[in-house]
Amino acid sequence: MAAITEAHASQHAHHHAKESFVSKYVFSQDHKMISKQFLITAIVMAIIAMMLSVFFRLQLGWPGESFEILNFFLGDKWAPDGVLDKNMYLSLVTIHGTIMVFFVLTGGLSGTFSNLLIPLQIGARDMASGFLNMLSYWFFFISSIIMVASLFVESGAASGGWTVYPPLSALPQAMPGSGLGMSLWLISITIFIASSLLGSLNYIVTILNLRTKGMKMTRLPLTIWAFFITAILGVLSFPVLFAAALLLVMDRTLGTSFYLSDIYIGGEALDPVGGSPILYEHLFWFLGHPEVYIVILPALGIASEVLSTNSRKPIFGYRAMIGSLLAIGFLSFIVWAHHMFISGMNPFLGSVFVFTTLLIAIPSAVKAFNYITTLWKGNIIFTPAMLFSIALVSTFVTGGLTGIILADATLDIQVHDTYFVVAHFHVVMGLSAIFGMFSGVYHWFPKMYGRMMNSKLGYAHFWLTVIGGYGVFFPMHFVGVAGAPRRYYQYTDFPMFDGIQDLNVIISLFAIMAAFAQGIFLFNFFYSIYRGQKAIQNPWKSNTLEWTTPVEHIHGNWPGALPVVYRWPYDYSKPGKELDYVPQTVPLSPDEEEH
Amino acid sequence: MEKLLLVLVIILAVIGVAQIAKVYQLSMGIGNKREEEISPAANKMNGALLLIFCLVLFAFFIWELISHQDILLPVAASAHGQEVDTLMNFNWIIIFTVFFIVNFLLFFFSYKYAYDPKRKAYYLAHNNKLELIWTVIPSIVLAVIIIYGLRTWNQITNFEGGEDALNVELYGRQFDWTVRYPGDDAVLGDFNFTMITGPNPMGVISNENLPGRIKELQDEIQKSEDDLVNNILPHSQAMEIEEKIGMRRRQLAKVIAYEQSGRDFSASDDDIIVKGEFHIPVNREVRFNIRSSDVIHSAYFPHFRAQMNAVPGMTTYFKFTPTITTDSMRTIVKDPDFNFILLCNKVCGSAHYNMQMDIIVDTEEDYEKWLLDQKTFAATMVSQIEKKPETGKLEEKRIIAEK
Ligand code: HEM
Ligand SMILES: [Cu+2]
Ligand SMILES: [Cu+2]
Repeated sequence: MAAITEAHASQHAHHHAKESFVSKYVFSQDHKMISKQFLITAIVMAIIAMMLSVFFRLQLGWPGESFEILNFFLGDKWAPDGVLDKNMYLSLVTIHGTIMVFFVLTGGLSGTFSNLLIPLQIGARDMASGFLNMLSYWFFFISSIIMVASLFVESGAASGGWTVYPPLSALPQAMPGSGLGMSLWLISITIFIASSLLGSLNYIVTILNLRTKGMKMTRLPLTIWAFFITAILGVLSFPVLFAAALLLVMDRTLGTSFYLSDIYIGGEALDPVGGSPILYEHLFWFLGHPEVYIVILPALGIASEVLSTNSRKPIFGYRAMIGSLLAIGFLSFIVWAHHMFISGMNPFLGSVFVFTTLLIAIPSAVKAFNYITTLWKGNIIFTPAMLFSIALVSTFVTGGLTGIILADATLDIQVHDTYFVVAHFHVVMGLSAIFGMFSGVYHWFPKMYGRMMNSKLGYAHFWLTVIGGYGVFFPMHFVGVAGAPRRYYQYTDFPMFDGIQDLNVIISLFAIMAAFAQGIFLFNFFYSIYRGQKAIQNPWKSNTLEWTTPVEHIHGNWPGALPVVYRWPYDYSKPGKELDYVPQTVPLSPDEEEH
Repeated sequence: MEKLLLVLVIILAVIGVAQIAKVYQLSMGIGNKREEEISPAANKMNGALLLIFCLVLFAFFIWELISHQDILLPVAASAHGQEVDTLMNFNWIIIFTVFFIVNFLLFFFSYKYAYDPKRKAYYLAHNNKLELIWTVIPSIVLAVIIIYGLRTWNQITNFEGGEDALNVELYGRQFDWTVRYPGDDAVLGDFNFTMITGPNPMGVISNENLPGRIKELQDEIQKSEDDLVNNILPHSQAMEIEEKIGMRRRQLAKVIAYEQSGRDFSASDDDIIVKGEFHIPVNREVRFNIRSSDVIHSAYFPHFRAQMNAVPGMTTYFKFTPTITTDSMRTIVKDPDFNFILLCNKVCGSAHYNMQMDIIVDTEEDYEKWLLDQKTFAATMVSQIEKKPETGKLEEKRIIAEK
């Protein structure tokens, strides 16, 4: 085995010399390059999704008012006189949600960090299959292009919400966005699923088979555990979304009736009978719920690593952390119908899902408490990465708590599909995962680009972002508890919602502020790639293997033999040691206990 | 003006970027400082800022809680709604407590244990006792929440109406709601989506309207066929017409099947269909039979703490007992224009944001009086056919009797 990988490495080194631009930067099969490709694509997608959210926040903050900028970007058709069109409003919300969830926080987050860290932290020369890995990126790229392109079609992008429930999404006559826009959405997502499966399978195989000598499963950094569980969730749940999408395509084009029955729309009684939209909801959420963990687990993994390193203290309860990851992973498959308490399914089924859903709160609580205990009596260094990880714990707790309300079917009757839900998932999934992603970028930037990001700008970015984040999503809880439904173009048609208007203005102002603050990050990121301070090999004094590789990227990661691992990755401030960190490659001294 | 602002924003942005670049250059220059070496001052400051942030967050929360009291929904206007509110408040107490404590600990530890070169972190890998404690405590709290929550849920979702429950049908379509009352016989008449026409938006079937509907469909088919025969049409248009004829034929078959089934469809004659606003009596159980014509809608009654999706192809149910009349509620919220509202809470198309209907909760007498003023289904159909002027219910009864 070892011999093979060695041979592999020297063969790579061979390649290195005569590598062309295309094979190095475009169709690269090197995991580090692919990771960077994922990251840059995700950043571009995030900018687009964020701009869309600012556009519709303008409408929500100042309904019916004219904004030159809307007209500038959306044109006379979708923003005549600068006033956002109602159909376009729904398209923007839908594409915003789709891009954020799938392209930024699934493809982007896992794609970047699984690719970068799995081989580096387990001590492998590359992914199990570099070719599939490359394919995974290019599928991701193509699906991104299609999704963005769908914003420009004549009849508008998909606009039934990111969940695209039929019949709304199945019938072109139901809304303009359900025509070509919806077809493109389905095509894009199908390709995305392929990308995700290729990636996930690769991650699983790599983690199981290519760990270096001494890297037992119980010595893996928690990042790797998180990516591992995430990949398993993806492999088990995305195919179900694929099936759901396929049936939807058939209902749209072949006249089948999986989801349609007894429909009279636009003056026509349609043919299909016998289908049920509830079937779609089951299939969708069988992916949809694991999906939110696919989004959040990698972020939690990153936080585990960053919190421990910068507290100069082992992560508290390593085994409990793995256990809770496994528990969350398992439970996430049996909670999907908590999105459907009032869908018309049997209420008894609801009772079962209340139970399983609240169970999942237990491992989540364990994780939160363990993070906080990790900080306790630490010696904390506030790098920008560390600040983002701390903020992640805060939003994970805050958002997790409101989940208790939504998990309780009785209370969900009242707040289902209101802004309370929007607030909940943005805090627990949106903010937490985005913070995790920022944390990862700041922390591993030296590994990715061999240079440092500027910490002053990092601080400015952090503070504006965290203030903006809470400023946007905290007040939304109140809007929701006041009964305001989501996906509404405006609230001015109901006297009962007059009171939320000032909150909507506050939210929109914070959103605009937060959006501008991302400019600081973008500047820092791109400028540092070229002009940043040259990085040293192990800037954060970290224990994990990726910091034993040279700063300059080489194929095969380690110039000589692969490193051998003797201990877990969290020996920070171990008593009896001179330094406050002991890399995994340092053998145990004779009288030393592992941990 | 707008243009000017735009230019201003652009200029500001440029200045912003220039400033950022300057900060960048400057901070890199200072004594060849390494980026990864966070100065003790920066560490202290960020630790303190975290604690301040936490306190500001709490203050923001409390400010919102106090200043936006009045936007929250008024007291629940239904029997089960009061229980929902009690359960909700119980949950809030737990959530607020945990929110404050955990966030405080997080930010306080961050502040307290900021880096100090003289100190070494406490090597603490795990502690089984602690971990057991925070597995067990959440488990107990959650068990209480689950048991309490499920008890209420089971009560609410027993959708069988009681003996004297009022059965009404609630029907959503893009983009309005329609309500149907069962009339004197307390039975809602049959319906089918192939029966839907302009004057019969819910597709209600009656003995009288079946022949008319058959004729209508036959005429339409005939007309389309004539179109095909008499005109030379482009292929695509011809295909379209042929497809339409096919659909109409299949509909016709269904309608004819109803007619030939020999069933009695008279239960719908006294049904009452209303739009715009509907009335329900106070202190009587109302059982909604919820349906949709086209896409999924959601019948959301925020004041009654009630919600259920309207799904095409099936009937869903929700029942509640209103406990406060519209008049009393107007006094309670001190707003003479207050109305209970039914909203649509599942995105259903471009006008989703304005798919509403007023609900008036009456005393029993007022409700009966209002009902008497409404036209029955048979009368609507009759007046439709005979183009009769608007008539009251009593007269309608006479007309029907004459027939
Ligand atoms: C600049 C920051 C952001 C702002 C201001 C923002 C704001 C909003 C708003 C106002 C909605 C509309 C809610 C509705 O009408 O239903 C929405 C929808 C959504 N957002 Fe965000 N959001 C932001 C970032 C994110 C992030 C980071 C995520 C990642 C999870 C995300 C995921 C979603 C999803 C899934 C939806 C639902 C779309 C739908 O209704 O189909 N957003 N966002
Ligand atoms: Cu879920
Ligand atoms: Cu609707």
